[in-house]
Amino acid sequence: MPQSGTLQVAIVGSGPSGFYAAEALLRAKPGAAVDMFDRLPTPFGLVRGGVAPDHPKIKQVILVYDKIARSPGFSFIGNVTVGRDIAVADLQAAYHVVIFANGADADRRLGIQGEDLRGSHTATEFVGWYNGHPDYRDRVFDLSGETAAVIGQGNVAADVARILATPVDDLRRTDIAEHALEVLAESRVREIHIIGRRGPAQAKFTSVELKELGKIRGCAVSIAAGDLELNGACQAELADPRGDENRKNVDVLRGFAGIPAGAGGRRLCFRFLATPLRFSGPGRVETITLARNRLQGEPFRQVAIAASETVELPCQLVFRSIGYKGTPLPGIVFHEGTGTVPNRKGRVLDREAPVPGLYVTGWIKRGPTGIIGTNRADSVETVAAIVEDLAGLDLSPRPGSAGLLPALQARGLRPVSYAGWQAIDLVERARGEPKGKPREKFTRIPDMLQTIDGGRSTGPSALE
Amino acid sequence: MTIVVTDNCQRCRFTECVAVCPVACFHADADMVYIDNDICIDCRACIPVCPVKAIFGEDDLPADKQHWIVVNAEKSRALPVIDQKQDPLPTAEQRRAELGY
Repeated sequence: MPQSGTLQVAIVGSGPSGFYAAEALLRAKPGAAVDMFDRLPTPFGLVRGGVAPDHPKIKQVILVYDKIARSPGFSFIGNVTVGRDIAVADLQAAYHVVIFANGADADRRLGIQGEDLRGSHTATEFVGWYNGHPDYRDRVFDLSGETAAVIGQGNVAADVARILATPVDDLRRTDIAEHALEVLAESRVREIHIIGRRGPAQAKFTSVELKELGKIRGCAVSIAAGDLELNGACQAELADPRGDENRKNVDVLRGFAGIPAGAGGRRLCFRFLATPLRFSGPGRVETITLARNRLQGEPFRQVAIAASETVELPCQLVFRSIGYKGTPLPGIVFHEGTGTVPNRKGRVLDREAPVPGLYVTGWIKRGPTGIIGTNRADSVETVAAIVEDLAGLDLSPRPGSAGLLPALQARGLRPVSYAGWQAIDLVERARGEPKGKPREKFTRIPDMLQTIDGGRSTGPSALE
Repeated sequence: MTIVVTDNCQRCRFTECVAVCPVACFHADADMVYIDNDICIDCRACIPVCPVKAIFGEDDLPADKQHWIVVNAEKSRALPVIDQKQDPLPTAEQRRAELGY
């Protein structure tokens, strides 16, 4: 039971930015009660549902979040969707401070003809599917064609291309979802095109992710020779300290030239300076029409200008990976253009005026940029704003979760506590063990809830 | 992969790296910071944020800085964790200018 005078804080979203906000808050206000909501019964956001299964070291960051979750004052409330199961206004009534850390889960669209044809998918769907995210569990990907294309040249595009190009036996001991492994084992995809509208000097990959694309067993890499010839402005970008990562990328790409195919291996084809104009085919994607671009403008401001020349690429499968944006939550302001919530250092702004008690952090605050650690600095900034504002907030007692959970349960909802997640975690690890996998994830919410019920004899797991 | 802090950090200690480290693997003395590679998850968030480019991945580490791998391992073992950004050392701006950044 919360004591009167307890600072009640709700965090919406349990990914990296949410956990770093909880850490910073509990450090700044040790007596605070921090309730972290997630729409899934499982925490950790994109660390669980986004980070590629063959990147296990990055996932070790979960140990840090686990420690935060075990600190006094912290509660996880999973399987509750804010904006659907609870209105933002109800959260505001129950808590002194509400922090939105709900990320950016919508995809930007190309806005071209044929974008919704069968065989055209978002990278998000594919990533969620192979990572066992319940939202994407029943997506169907037809990998029976020989040629696939990934539109976009960032790290998500690299992940998608790498999973498609990797021999399935090299994925068997990762935490990739079993259903994905089965489909990938039957894949007939041989050639994967990685398409970007600007040149190699502007590609958004980090050089480490790019390098990995040259190390896939048996996989050849090809780049059109002309694509690595750089104009003056590109050379100026690479000579500038701001172009460090890009210079590394260009070096890596030059080193790729002529990586031969292994026996039965696949091929990655980088296509720079190409913009998809349309996807076409009878009922499903069979052809991508690409415009050939040239770059124009000052260094760091170069834009791709489409020439009249076009290329037709026969292709049966497309993944669009051109960036994410946030989705509006009912009850909170939202800027469509940026896909973020308007804010100043994390303070939610409504027509330039801060909304008392409402804050944002992570991708919904700054847009989908940076890596996991970027969120730590971002959440520290938001919490600093909260601490500064506390003196001006109405700190009369609020009920926190005690004021919300009984009503949710009365409506038949099943909030999941951190102990509930721990029960799921334990069983997932046990399921993975005989296969040599770190875990075999549950991919359906009812299965997760049933697992918690099954583990009830060993301790309280669902929130009662 | 090992990630290491090298001599450019000395007399600077801007600690931008510490602010973005997701796993709190930095340790510090009065002079500079060091990385504990048993904790580091190779995310490389720290590398681009260093104002004086003191941090390298092993694959990019210049030949004359190889000894920093051992220094980071030993110092991080002996020194306390630093997990919050601190003010740069008083000599930091002067040192940054000397280094040409």
